[in-house]
Amino acid sequence: MKMSEDAEHILEKMWVHANEEMNDSVDLASFGLNVHSPVVQELLDAGNVVLNDSHIMLSEDGNSNGKTVVRRRRLAERLLVDVLNTKGKYVRSSSCEFEHILHRGIDENVCILLGHPRTCPHGKQIPEGRCCEKAREELEHVVSPLSALQNGQSGRIAYFDMREEKKMQKMLAMGVLPGIPVSLVQSYPSYVFDLNHTRYAVDTEIANSIYVRIEENQRF
Amino acid sequence: MLNLVNKKSCCNTSDSVQDDFEKIILVGNPNVGKSVIFNHFSDSYAVVSNYPGTTVAVSKGKGMIGGKEYEIVDTPGMYSLQPITDEERVSQNYLFNKKPFVYLHVVDAKNLQRMLPLTLQLIEAEVPLILVLNMMDEASERGISINESKLERKLGIPVICTTSIKGEGLDRLEDAMSSYVFQPATSKVEYSRGITDSITSISSLLKSEYEISTKALAQLLLLNDDVALEKVMQNNEDIESIARIVEGTEREYSDPLSYVMTVERQDTVNEIVDSVMVKNILKPDVSVAQNSYTSSIRERIDKLLIKPVTGIPILLLVLYFGLYKFVGGFAAGTVVDYLEGTLFGEMINPLVIDSFNSVVPYPIIQDLFVGEYGILTQAVTYAIALIMPLVGAFFIVFSIIEDTGYLPRLAMLIDRVFKKIGMSGRAVIPMVLGFGCATMATMVTRTLETRREKIIASMLLALAIPCSAQLGVILGVLSFSGTALVIWAVAIGLELLLIGYLSSKVLPGESPSFFIEMPPLRLPKLSNVLVKTYSRMQWYFLEVLPLFVIASVLIWLGRLTGIFQTAVHLLGYPSQWIGLPAEAGLMFFYGFFRRDFGAAGLFDMYNAGMLTGVNVVVAAITLTLFMPCIAQFLVTVKERGIKIALAMATFIFPSAFAVGFIVNYLLTTFGVVL
Repeated sequence: MKMSEDAEHILEKMWVHANEEMNDSVDLASFGLNVHSPVVQELLDAGNVVLNDSHIMLSEDGNSNGKTVVRRRRLAERLLVDVLNTKGKYVRSSSCEFEHILHRGIDENVCILLGHPRTCPHGKQIPEGRCCEKAREELEHVVSPLSALQNGQSGRIAYFDMREEKKMQKMLAMGVLPGIPVSLVQSYPSYVFDLNHTRYAVDTEIANSIYVRIEENQRF
Repeated sequence: MLNLVNKKSCCNTSDSVQDDFEKIILVGNPNVGKSVIFNHFSDSYAVVSNYPGTTVAVSKGKGMIGGKEYEIVDTPGMYSLQPITDEERVSQNYLFNKKPFVYLHVVDAKNLQRMLPLTLQLIEAEVPLILVLNMMDEASERGISINESKLERKLGIPVICTTSIKGEGLDRLEDAMSSYVFQPATSKVEYSRGITDSITSISSLLKSEYEISTKALAQLLLLNDDVALEKVMQNNEDIESIARIVEGTEREYSDPLSYVMTVERQDTVNEIVDSVMVKNILKPDVSVAQNSYTSSIRERIDKLLIKPVTGIPILLLVLYFGLYKFVGGFAAGTVVDYLEGTLFGEMINPLVIDSFNSVVPYPIIQDLFVGEYGILTQAVTYAIALIMPLVGAFFIVFSIIEDTGYLPRLAMLIDRVFKKIGMSGRAVIPMVLGFGCATMATMVTRTLETRREKIIASMLLALAIPCSAQLGVILGVLSFSGTALVIWAVAIGLELLLIGYLSSKVLPGESPSFFIEMPPLRLPKLSNVLVKTYSRMQWYFLEVLPLFVIASVLIWLGRLTGIFQTAVHLLGYPSQWIGLPAEAGLMFFYGFFRRDFGAAGLFDMYNAGMLTGVNVVVAAITLTLFMPCIAQFLVTVKERGIKIALAMATFIFPSAFAVGFIVNYLLTTFGVVL
C-alpha cells in the first residue's frame, strides 16, 4: 500500500524515537497533531500505530515500515554525499525529497552501489536490508571497509564512522580524511596500512569504521 | 578537571632551567626528529627513539644560538592543537603560557600534507613560528622535492629544509633563528561561512589578553576543548553566550565541527602542497639505485617482522637472547656476582661497616646506616651492585629495540592478545619495560589512553611481571630443573591472562582502541643507544634510589618498634598453608621492600636444605605474584591514587598465596618430585 509522505515522516521519527532514543510512546502534540489529523488516521488504518489517549506507539508493522523509511533516508544521504558530492547544508533538504523516490528495489540498488554502508554521513546507523546480509561475503564493492580489503589492495578514503567523538578525533589525528590514498599491507593479527606515506597499524574496530573507495586491484 | 590539573603538574617534573632565558620550543608530530634537533642545539639530552610517544615529560636545556643564550624545550609529540592524550596535553599547555622567542614546528617532509594543518593552526594562533621540513633524505628517497622559498611565501613564515640526523641544514636553521623577528602572518584557512561567523563572534566576546590569538582560542572553544574552556573561565569571560554560539553552530552543521574544520583546513593544505611539492619519477641514478636497494631490504625485513608466522619466532628469539641470555645470564649472573659478592660483599662493605662503627658507637644508628638493612649496606649496595647492572643491561637491549622501530611492530603483533586482557597493543611498552624496572614501567603507563587501561596495566605490572632484579635471582634459583622453570612460567603466565581477563570484565569504562604509527625500520646508532641508556639510568637513580633509602629507614623503624617481627610472624601462617616452613614469612615480608631479596632468601633456605623442589617452585611463584617492591607501590600511589593502589594490594596479597596454595596442592597431589 502506498503511504503519504507525511505518514512516512511520522513513521521515521517514531522509529528513531523508539530505536535510538529508547522512547516508545510519543505525544501527538509534539508532532503538532491530534487524534483527528488525517495522517494519524491513515497510520491507524494501516495498523502501523497504536493509539493510547493522546500518545501513539509503533505497532510491529509500523516498526518495520519505519525502519525501511529511515534506511531509505540515510541511504539517500550517503548517496548524495558520496556519489553526488553534495555539500554540508544541502544534504538534509535534498535527502528529504530523495528518500521518497527510493522505494523498495531501488533502495537495494543504491545500497549495493554504495557497498552497503553502515552509517549515514551524520554517523547514525543505517538499518540493514536483506541485500546487506547477502552481500557480506561478496567482495566487489565500490566502497568497502578497510577491513574487507585484500592485502595489497588500494584506494582512497571514502568516509569513516563518526558516531564516537573520541574515535573520530583519533582518525583525524592520524590524517584519515576523505580522498587520502590508502593501501592495505596486512590484515592479521592487526590491520596494517599505508596512508599516503605513513604506515599505521590499527585494530579491527577501527579498520571496520574506515571506508575505502577501491581504485585498483593488485595482488602480491 | 581537578584530575587534569594534577596530571599536568606531575608531567612537568623536569623544571630545572630557570625562566630567565627566552624560550625556543620544539613542537610537532611524534617521530619527526624533534629530539635530534633538540640535542643538536641544547646542552642536555633528550631521549631519541624510533617509537612514537616515548617522550612523556618535557626536556629542557640551554643553547647558544647566534651568540645568544636561549632555553630550548622539547615537547612530547603533538598532532593538532586539540589534544587526545596526556602527553599531547603537556604540549598544548605550553601554548597558553608565556610567548616564547620562537616555536620550531618540525615536520616530516614526505608527510607535509598530513603535518601542515598544525602549521596552519599555529599561524592562526599568531605565535612566533619557523617551519622545519625535516627528514629531507627520506623524502628525496621517494622522489619528493619541495620548493622551500615558494612555501615560505605561501605561509608567510620562515621555512628551512633539514636532514637533522645527518646534520644537514642545521646551520641554516641556526641562522634563521638568530635573525628571526616575529611578524604575525595572516591566517591562510578559509572556513565556511557558519564557522567563520562563530569564530568572529566568540573572539569578540573574549575580553582578556591571551598568549594565543582570540581567533585560535575561539576555535578551540568551538571544539569544546577542556583546557581552553578552563582558561576562559579563569578570566571570567561570558561563558554562557559562548556556549550558546557553540551549540548554535553545532546544530547548523550535520557533521561534527572538528571534522568539518579539519576537512576545510586540509583543503587549504592540499592547495598549498600541490603548488610546492613535486614528485619525480625516480631516475635510475646510481645512488638512487643504492637507496632503493637498501629500502627493499628494509621492506623485506619489515615483512618478516610483522607477519605472525615469522614475527612470533623472531620475537621469541629477541626475548631469549636479549632478556634471558644477556640480562638474565650475563648481567644477573656474571656481573652481579662480581659486584655484589666480591666487590661490595668482600671489599667495600666490610670497610664501610668497620669505619662507620668506629666513628659512630651507637648500635641503633649503626643499624640504620650499616646494619643488615642499612642505608649504606642495603639501599646503596643494592642500587649499585644489583640494580645497576641488571637495569643497565636491560636498558641497552630496550634502547636498541626501541631505535630500530621494533616496538610498534611488536604492539601490532600483540594487540589481539592484549585486547583479551583489557589493554591495547600500546600497553606492550610498559609491559616490556616492566621486565626491566616495574617502577619505571608504572610511570610509563601514563602514555596509555584510558583510565581503565592504565589501571589494568599498573595492576598486571604489580602482580605478575617480575622486574630484572627479581627475574635474575629467580632464574638462578630455579635453574636446578627445567621443569621447575616451566611450571613457574606457566603459572605466572596463566595468572597474568586470567587476572587481566577478569579485570577487563569487572572494570567499568570503554574498551581500548588501538592505532599506532609504524615508522620505517632504522639501524640503531651506537652512540644514541649508549647516551639513551645512560640518561635512563640517571633518571632511574634519581627517582628510585631515594625510595630505597626510605625503605631502609622504614625497615629500621619497624624492627626497632617490633612491628615487623609481628608482621613476619603473622606471614608465617599463610606460608605454612602453601606448604612452606614458617620461616618463609620473613622472605615474603622483606620481599615487599626488595623485590629480589625475598628470592635471595629463598635461595638461602633452599641451600640450607629447608625446602624441597616443589617448595621452591611454589615459593617462587608466590613471590613473583606478591606485592612488588615498595618503590613500585609508591609510584602506583602517585600515578593511580591511594585508593586504587590499596585496592590492588588487598587483592594481590591473598591471591598470591591462593595461587601458591593451588600449585602446591596440584603438585603434591600428583606426586611431582623436582
